[in-house]
Amino acid sequence: MTVTTAAESATAERTPPRRKLRRFSGRDVLVLVLMVGLPLVLDVLLIWLPVVLSTIFSFTGWNGIGSIFDIEFIGGKNYHNIATLDPYFWPAVEHNLIWIGVFVVLATPFGILLAVMLDRNIKGTRFYQSAFFMPVVLSLALIGFMWQLIYAPDDGFLNNVLGLTKPGEAINWLGNPSINLYAILVAASWRQAGYIMILYLAGLKSFDPALREAAALDGAGEIATFRYVVFPAMKPINIVILVVTLIESLRAFDIAYITNGGRNGLELLSTLITTNIGSEASRIGYGSALAVILLVISLVPICTYLFQTFRREAR
Amino acid sequence: MTTGAEVLGPSRELGVRRGAGPRTKRVALYVFLTVTALLWLVPILYALYTALRPISDTNQHGYFSLAHQLSLTNFETAWSGGDLPHFFLNTIIITVPAMFVALLFASFVAFAVTRYSWRFNISLLILFTAGNLLPQQVLIAPLFHIYNSIPLPYFLSSSGRLYDSYWGVIIINAIFQMGFCTFILSNYMKTIPNDLTEAALVDGASVWKQYWMIILPLCRPALAALATLEFTWIYNDFFWALFLMSSGDKRPITSALQNLQGSMFTNNNLIAAASLLVAVPTLVVFFVLQRQFVGGLTLGASKN
Repeated sequence: MTVTTAAESATAERTPPRRKLRRFSGRDVLVLVLMVGLPLVLDVLLIWLPVVLSTIFSFTGWNGIGSIFDIEFIGGKNYHNIATLDPYFWPAVEHNLIWIGVFVVLATPFGILLAVMLDRNIKGTRFYQSAFFMPVVLSLALIGFMWQLIYAPDDGFLNNVLGLTKPGEAINWLGNPSINLYAILVAASWRQAGYIMILYLAGLKSFDPALREAAALDGAGEIATFRYVVFPAMKPINIVILVVTLIESLRAFDIAYITNGGRNGLELLSTLITTNIGSEASRIGYGSALAVILLVISLVPICTYLFQTFRREAR
Repeated sequence: MTTGAEVLGPSRELGVRRGAGPRTKRVALYVFLTVTALLWLVPILYALYTALRPISDTNQHGYFSLAHQLSLTNFETAWSGGDLPHFFLNTIIITVPAMFVALLFASFVAFAVTRYSWRFNISLLILFTAGNLLPQQVLIAPLFHIYNSIPLPYFLSSSGRLYDSYWGVIIINAIFQMGFCTFILSNYMKTIPNDLTEAALVDGASVWKQYWMIILPLCRPALAALATLEFTWIYNDFFWALFLMSSGDKRPITSALQNLQGSMFTNNNLIAAASLLVAVPTLVVFFVLQRQFVGGLTLGASKN
């Protein structure tokens, strides 16, 4: 899931209906306590308690076996080992950065470009939107599964289109560690661009046409109008779109995992966590330290998003 | 809540256009969009084409060739050979209750924070929304141990624990998605005038009555949009069932793909057929409930 109320921040006008708690019967109080309490307890127990426990485990050498009370604290050793000894950590960081780069520089701007084009009274806009948006309803796991047809070395669509079918010259798109990350990024961007397109399009629809017309009457071309009028006016949405893109990039997991378990060129911070805590390894302390690193990085876009979304209400 | 219609319908206003060769530009725009859209459809259309060709046809002529024969054999083989009905049933068992619980709990919290003011309203919303944005992998190690330490009677879970049970996967999906739904529903409920519940209060309506009889029915459009989205997202979830269930035969279809590839679907024709069968439910939701779906994604955009 992702946060998708991009357009919301640009246009929302709020009149929060706030009232004082008053004159509740005992039953009313009980109902309210249960309505808030039950979801809150479950949210804390299943989401926030694991976050706290991950942080605690990350300073231990726990291997998942034995009582939780016998855990030995080893300070920052896990973090030290990750940074200095783990042969996969820095490649994973690099892969995550490449992921962010491709999404921020290519997939997301392409989605914005499609939205801007479709916002211009296009005939058959429904067809175009449906085509671009269709991949968004598919899971990235399914996309990874389906794109094997494109990337298979011998019988794959891509090698056949490129004419690379003779033995020895076929490219192993998903098996070659120097290109497989880019291969799955193309598949992931296929989905991301459509997603961004629909979010941005909603924002553009709520954009005041008078502003654009004024710019056009002043002689601004279409590109200039977008660059100097529309884009700056869409700043709140732009921030949300950027943050959503960052969060999506850091959460990337499914497509790498289904392709090869997140190994051999497809290491990401998220797959390193599962590799370390998975059944074969069970290095809970070490895996938790990786989880905390991913958590801390993710908190930057998450907090930006929350700040952007809730600051108006906090006033 | 008209965003869906607005986004998908033709644009209303006619922009003022200037500059050299507007006609040429217009044609270029259509050409670009058409080529890109067709390119976008290639993976799905190629899967459909491959799935419709019997293995004998592709063996003889290769995959990148004109089909001499088309049939539905691959769909039948993938459906029964991969035991897909079984995994689809698991998906229904998990997705439907998780979706309902997420919406129900979210509407509880949204109702409480928008109708009554207390100190921790915003903190509560932030806590819920933030929880939904975390990478799932950050939670999994402790969650695995928490799930393993919660016993369930055997008539509820054949594993005797929350781990490796439908209950565990249902509840984590519900709670994880609840944050987003709470955020959307609370924004929606803020637009419902306060007078409505105040009048009810004067008439002596209880809190529950205000929620169930007044607020919830008014939220129907938002609930419909969210239900469409949540169905898709929970259906598409790969991670929870993969790591919180050890029995492959309990997993829903999306997580089951991990085991099915390689073991069952050994040729491209079957992979293609299976891909499309797994895509069908969400594609149907997309085509039939497109407005709700897009409306859900952009919910809040039309609030003013």
